[in-house]
Amino acid sequence: MTNLRILATASTIALLAGGASSQTLSVLIDEAPESAAMMEALTAAYSAANDGVSFDIEIRPGGGAGDNVVKTRLATQEMADIFGYNTGSLFQALNPTNTLLPLNDIPNAGNVLDSFKTVVSDADGNFYGVPFRAAMGGGIFYNRAIYDELGLSVPLTWDDFIANAQAAQEAGYTGVIQTYGSTWTSQLFVLGDFFNVLAAEPDFAERYTANDAKYATSPAAMRGFEMAQQVHDLGLLNRDFGAATFEDGMEMVATGEGAHYPMLTFAIGQVATNLPDDLPNLGFFAIPGTEAEPNGLTTWMLDAVYVAATTQHPEIATDFVNWLATPEACDIITEAVGVTGPYLVSGCELPDDIPQAVADMMPYFETEGGTAPALEFLSPVKGPNLEHFLVEVGTGIRSAADAAALYDQDVEKQAQQLGLPGWN
Amino acid sequence: MQQKRKRRSPYPTWFFLPAAIIYGTLFLVPNIASLWFSLTRWDLFTAEFIGLANFRQFFSEPFLVKSILNTIIYAVVTSGLKTVLGLLLAVLLVSPIIWRGALRTIVFFPVMVSTIGVGIAFTALMHPTRGAINVALENAFGIIGPGWLTDPSLALLSVAFVDIWKGVGLATVIYMAGVVSIPQDYYEASRIDGATKVQQFWRITLPLVWPATITVVTLSLISGLRYFELIWAMTGGGPGFASDVVASMIYKQYQAGFYGLATAGNVVLFILIALIVLPMTWWFNRREVEA
Repeated sequence: MTNLRILATASTIALLAGGASSQTLSVLIDEAPESAAMMEALTAAYSAANDGVSFDIEIRPGGGAGDNVVKTRLATQEMADIFGYNTGSLFQALNPTNTLLPLNDIPNAGNVLDSFKTVVSDADGNFYGVPFRAAMGGGIFYNRAIYDELGLSVPLTWDDFIANAQAAQEAGYTGVIQTYGSTWTSQLFVLGDFFNVLAAEPDFAERYTANDAKYATSPAAMRGFEMAQQVHDLGLLNRDFGAATFEDGMEMVATGEGAHYPMLTFAIGQVATNLPDDLPNLGFFAIPGTEAEPNGLTTWMLDAVYVAATTQHPEIATDFVNWLATPEACDIITEAVGVTGPYLVSGCELPDDIPQAVADMMPYFETEGGTAPALEFLSPVKGPNLEHFLVEVGTGIRSAADAAALYDQDVEKQAQQLGLPGWN
Repeated sequence: MQQKRKRRSPYPTWFFLPAAIIYGTLFLVPNIASLWFSLTRWDLFTAEFIGLANFRQFFSEPFLVKSILNTIIYAVVTSGLKTVLGLLLAVLLVSPIIWRGALRTIVFFPVMVSTIGVGIAFTALMHPTRGAINVALENAFGIIGPGWLTDPSLALLSVAFVDIWKGVGLATVIYMAGVVSIPQDYYEASRIDGATKVQQFWRITLPLVWPATITVVTLSLISGLRYFELIWAMTGGGPGFASDVVASMIYKQYQAGFYGLATAGNVVLFILIALIVLPMTWWFNRREVEA
């Protein structure tokens, strides 16, 4: 395990200042560069305002390896005082009632939007986390320069999207970028299409959790698999789609090598940091359904910050997360890593000069019924192998129908391993 | 009446205690614990006894058969080629050639390099459009090279090739020791009888390095059967499940948080390796006595 230890710069200053008894809080955060940047900025500001409090930030891997680190350290009671982690079904797997400190009584609890509280609460209604990042959507990034050059407009139906991709392909650009070198990126067509699934089958999530609805037998849910197959079968993909990575994909769509890249909007930060000159060309739209109406965005609640039940400094730790739920903290995040989407703390405002892709995303959030949560926030059921099945579909190894049926089996295994009712 | 006298150990009992504690805590307890956890639904916080359900699940995995086939293909290909190439390289490197010492060292270099480092380097070399291999093919011969790691029918063999390159040095060293220990008298006697170099190789070298062959085949086959690092670093079992072996399948189950299921898989892998390797070593040892 490669754990890089970073001592927050403010800690030394705080210690030199002496004053009240000094306390050091440990913080565990994922390896994404913007996570560390945000946490460093936030802890430095908090230390500056609170004499004698310093932070020791530790970096953990992301993805599946990160899940193991967090679960193992909670199970062995060696968790840091404060840690950042996913919300929704992954949060539920932490056994929060026993391992985390409830935050019901913090003064700023009212600032946290209710839609966020529901994804960080246990079955008894206690809530455990404050938002650590902006909300994000899953959809399709497009290159605005290519759209201007070819006179294309943002598609509202899937057929229009395919037509746009083919037009871009004929003009010598890559129609649709796929990057199976980072296997998780293959899931966007299925996970990001969930707004359209809910539009067709409003009770899909409940029936799915109850072992009643299946991907292979629901035409609406099956669409995502078919999209992944169609873009491959039509030859719209980049030549190195099997080896290209997430970073390659964002670079290709931002610089105009390709026209479209299905991805989560947190990736705007990636372009803002690495390719600021190309940021104005980066546009964004939701994955279109078969019909133009309704048109909406599938959204993700990103990570929360939690306090471990084993902390030796419960007062300071809860005071710190309480402070995270203020407009002041949002502004510090904006300054540290820029804007990637709307904040989930009331009173937080976005600056005027937001990136184009964020501006493209805001109307969905501002429209009533313009967004729907991703399936993982409505159901604890998610098979671990979805990304591999979708790589198979997108590579032409397996048909959409076969992959959906196999994924249903994968889901069944996960539900049985979690011991969910109705699956044994 | 006691017929057999108990043979007394020359050491006092407490003398064995440190070793017994280490063996118990580091080997015995984990092995027994893994047998127990393979029978439970385990989320690291609580373990609920569910009988043999994990084993039933493991054997009904849709990719189990493919993974086992891949494991066997991988083990046989790497073990076979390491053995053949190792012997040929050993014969070359014990013969009087120039720069013999340097050449011996160079063959052994890849063995000492970190497996993950090798994996990352070859992943870059085998990139379908930007990798050095395909760029060279295109510039030198005008051939558009295949996706070494992204073509499902090639991925496993590409990894096996890198494994052979990395591991053949060890087989060579073992074989060199075997070849050097063959008495020169046999070669001299056969030369007087008019044997050619090729005949000497087939009639003298090959039979007399049999003990080295046993070592090389056993070591490389066991490591091939439980191999994981290079496959994980280069393809992660992909594309899809095309290069998944049993070890990477178990690791993915562990990663997904199916700890009981993954533990059951490890118990199965343990038994599988024992079933393959035990009869093989028995057969080899019998051959050795006859030879």
